[in-house]
Amino acid sequence: MDFFATALPALGDAFSLILAPENLMYLVIGVVLGLSIGVFPGLGGIAGLSMLLPFIYGMDPVAGLALMVGLVAVIPTSDTFASVLMGIPGSSASQATVLDGFPLAKKGQAARALSAAFTSSLFGGLFGAAILTVFVLIARPIVLAFGIPELLLLTLFGLSMVGVLAGTSLLKGLIAAGLGMMIGAIGEAPAQGSPRMDMETWYLQDGLALVIVGLGIFAIPEIITLLRQDKPIAKGAVLGNGWRQGMQDWWLNKWLSLRCSFLGVVIGVIPGLGGSVVDWIAYGHTVQTVKDTSDFGKGDIRGVIGPESSNNAKEGGGLVPTLLFGIPGSGSMAVFIGGLILLGYEAGPQMITNDLDITYTIVWSLALANVVGAGLCIFLSGGIARLTAIPFPTLAPFLFMMIAFAAFQSKQTPWDLVALIGVGILGLYMRRFEWPRPAFLIGFVLADQAEVYTYQVTQIANVRLKLKGMEGLMDYLISTTGIILLVIIVVSVYLGAKNKFKLSSVAAEQSTGSKRGPMIFTLMLMAFGALYLQQVIAINIIIDKVFPVTMACITLFFGAVLLLRMRMLPETASIFADTERGEDLNATRTMWATLAWFIGLLAGTLITGFIIALTVFMLVFFRLRAGLSWYRSSALTVMSLTILLIIAGALNRDFPGGLLQEMFKLPWPFT
Amino acid sequence: MQWSKKFNRRSVMQAAGAAAIGLSLGLSGASAQAAVDFSGETVTLIVPFKEGGGTDKWARFYAPRLAEQLPGKPAVVVKNMPGAGSTKGANHFSSGRVDADGLTLFASSGSTQFPYLLGDPRVKYDYADWNVVLASSTGGVAYLPADLGAKYNADPKSLLNEQFIYGSQGATKLDLVPLLAFELLGMQVEPVFGLKGRGDGRLMFERGEANIDYQTSSAYLSKVMPLVNEGKAVPMMSWGALDEQGNIVRDPTFPDMPTFKEVYTQVHGKEPFGTAWEAWKAFFIAGFPAQKMVFLPKGASQEMIDTYSNAFKAATQKADFAEASKKRLGMYPQATGATAEAFKKRGTEVDQTALDYIKGWLKDRYGVEL
Repeated sequence: MDFFATALPALGDAFSLILAPENLMYLVIGVVLGLSIGVFPGLGGIAGLSMLLPFIYGMDPVAGLALMVGLVAVIPTSDTFASVLMGIPGSSASQATVLDGFPLAKKGQAARALSAAFTSSLFGGLFGAAILTVFVLIARPIVLAFGIPELLLLTLFGLSMVGVLAGTSLLKGLIAAGLGMMIGAIGEAPAQGSPRMDMETWYLQDGLALVIVGLGIFAIPEIITLLRQDKPIAKGAVLGNGWRQGMQDWWLNKWLSLRCSFLGVVIGVIPGLGGSVVDWIAYGHTVQTVKDTSDFGKGDIRGVIGPESSNNAKEGGGLVPTLLFGIPGSGSMAVFIGGLILLGYEAGPQMITNDLDITYTIVWSLALANVVGAGLCIFLSGGIARLTAIPFPTLAPFLFMMIAFAAFQSKQTPWDLVALIGVGILGLYMRRFEWPRPAFLIGFVLADQAEVYTYQVTQIANVRLKLKGMEGLMDYLISTTGIILLVIIVVSVYLGAKNKFKLSSVAAEQSTGSKRGPMIFTLMLMAFGALYLQQVIAINIIIDKVFPVTMACITLFFGAVLLLRMRMLPETASIFADTERGEDLNATRTMWATLAWFIGLLAGTLITGFIIALTVFMLVFFRLRAGLSWYRSSALTVMSLTILLIIAGALNRDFPGGLLQEMFKLPWPFT
Repeated sequence: MQWSKKFNRRSVMQAAGAAAIGLSLGLSGASAQAAVDFSGETVTLIVPFKEGGGTDKWARFYAPRLAEQLPGKPAVVVKNMPGAGSTKGANHFSSGRVDADGLTLFASSGSTQFPYLLGDPRVKYDYADWNVVLASSTGGVAYLPADLGAKYNADPKSLLNEQFIYGSQGATKLDLVPLLAFELLGMQVEPVFGLKGRGDGRLMFERGEANIDYQTSSAYLSKVMPLVNEGKAVPMMSWGALDEQGNIVRDPTFPDMPTFKEVYTQVHGKEPFGTAWEAWKAFFIAGFPAQKMVFLPKGASQEMIDTYSNAFKAATQKADFAEASKKRLGMYPQATGATAEAFKKRGTEVDQTALDYIKGWLKDRYGVEL
């Protein structure tokens, strides 16, 4: 396609279309909705777009697109609020932001972190849109250059980040990643559908949702730890006006931001890797490529800029397979395709040949939405950052409500809460004994791809070998793209080995003391591994069991090595790190006593359903734990519930019921 | 093909007439359904799949069009209830927790019917309990890369000597139909499992990793036709369509393409017959002509069933529907009333011999025990 003869006029037409006041208005409405939904953890583009679809039917196409794109484009912008301020991953795209964003908030630099994040988001979003403009015309052969061997290599590239994020002990990192893969493989096998480790419950048949694992591994440990200390999140002074500094931070790291934006676009463009690993790759890349890594995990602004640049850029990249091939790279893109159909367009090659002006309308909407969204967020960040100055017990019930509601988006049953607490306990102990939680999450996110691509490559390679001999096989396995990817992986592993990321915020030696705790925890992980192995080895269909069996064996092997090392090393070795003897030593309450509140909410939900249980929980918590008056407790409870009900009502969500609902039919929201 | 055209034209004419009269009186059929009025109500359409899946898109395509036609113009919202291969949502719809007051509907697909037919232990629902108010048909087309396509066009039998790779979502899924068809033809097809959707299969084909693929009609029209026009793909056969007597005839959307049945006859020199063929046909019907249906729960009143049947009928006969649905749904019957009932019966009732054959085949060929 001739860029100057065809594309430029289309680009111009699209620009004038989108600038019509009515279309701009719809764009802004979309942006505001997207920002509001993105703030809630667990809610994202899927929920937001599904809410819009009934209104899309019958709309003018440009206005409808402006509305939808406006919403999708800013989700990875506003999800940063939860990640930075509360330590709760706002969506799968900002999990890595938590690692440094939250420690910055704890230092009282929330406004600075937010403003750097939003500036990065803005840059990433604009970069994504700019690349999309040209790339959409020539992307087809490039996307097709990524066959299954190349996708497998990309998956390995993602996994190579485990080396960077493993922290002080590579062994622990490998075991954590292996466990993540094992847990990611729970449920119906992707090839022939054998049940794996599902304990014969329907709940585990579909596997654990990423939202549950992300919240359990990151949010629960942070919330519980803070609640034990009864203080505000920000321990220092709150800098409400750090936003100027945040922008400067971005400027100082503009090349990092550019590189991460590029990574985001590339991973978005290639269908098959999935969007939830983008931020981790960007974070790993950040740690690999900067000189001084000593501050990562403790509040290094670059750990915010990297992932936030990549996750907005990914949206632009992700539109390429969506529009060109009709293959959605994410759940929200799948719903977006549904919206296009309601507007009368079908995603596919004709989006370039016949409907280029529409495609460019999408590109412009994307760029404008990023500007409006990031602008609004930067404007608000100073004020919202003050949330970190509120005493934590007053904030906690609201956070419990948000993560419970987020977890319910997984399967809409009280079991979601059970799963969340189960994973949360694992997360708490991983935090306590300094096991690298990012490595676990990367393993979990990439389990499915690692299994499916390995299996598919093997099978296709076998047929090629049979048909065309060795030459045909090599022809398939070795490609230019593949070699480039291999080089990237080697460089990544090398840089990872060189630049170590330290998880511990206190010197490890100070926080060790006893061998018992860390060894018991390791033994329990290994017991789980053994049980898992025993379950999956009994599966009849070979292709359904190869992957989990292999992963379990590898994990158990590394576990045995770790236990041996634990026997030999003195108890002052960093391997025995224990935060109970370090930063949590002075906490006023125990972990279990604090977690009991959340378990209480779960128990209440099982009996009376979520809404009634939540009302009681909030009242009691505000009054007894936060020490507020009955009057203020009631006021805060009513306020929180109102916000929750408005959001749930707009998105047409039910709340899980308990025994009460089994016996009686109750109206919404008690159902 | 003839039947389908006739069917379409006849019913379009009838309904267009009825709708025109209704509209001109300003009643929009309300007089016939005076007792049912949904003013200010919300009708929930349960979709047992995730947002963005085929059935979800189909349901969302219909939701606003249904809302327009129901008396009192209620809001029609789609509620996704995914899980356990759609059996979770279907079980919920059957559990007695859903009132038969006409405010809750269920959207079922072939993926809900297959576990039901195969006796999946997770299934606690019975299609016989439900009242069908809409049945949407679709079709499917298998296609080949250019070189194999040329060989095939010269002599269909030449394919028996080739080795094929086919990207599949799993032998117990809708892919059962193409996999069994390939096998009955005598082709050597190696399925590569683990795909997340048919779009992945198309990508594998475009990258040259798979050398045979199939797509449902709408995806074939919008995404494979451009490849055919570029000379990169050649259509092989359609699965066919179902006529009023339950015979397989050419697909009305692809009248120039031979059906699987025709290709079989050409390759083997005789028409397909016997248990294997009957089994294929039964699952083909459940997977394609009777793929997507909308149900009212057990115990819905006849009045309510009629209200919905008429509303769906009116929606499919609106002036702009043909244009919109051609892109999305292909040229297939969107059946209501007795026709929908017949589709439901054919798509959800399979005789025991056919079922035993399929179970035996799945076990012998793929080691899957049900």
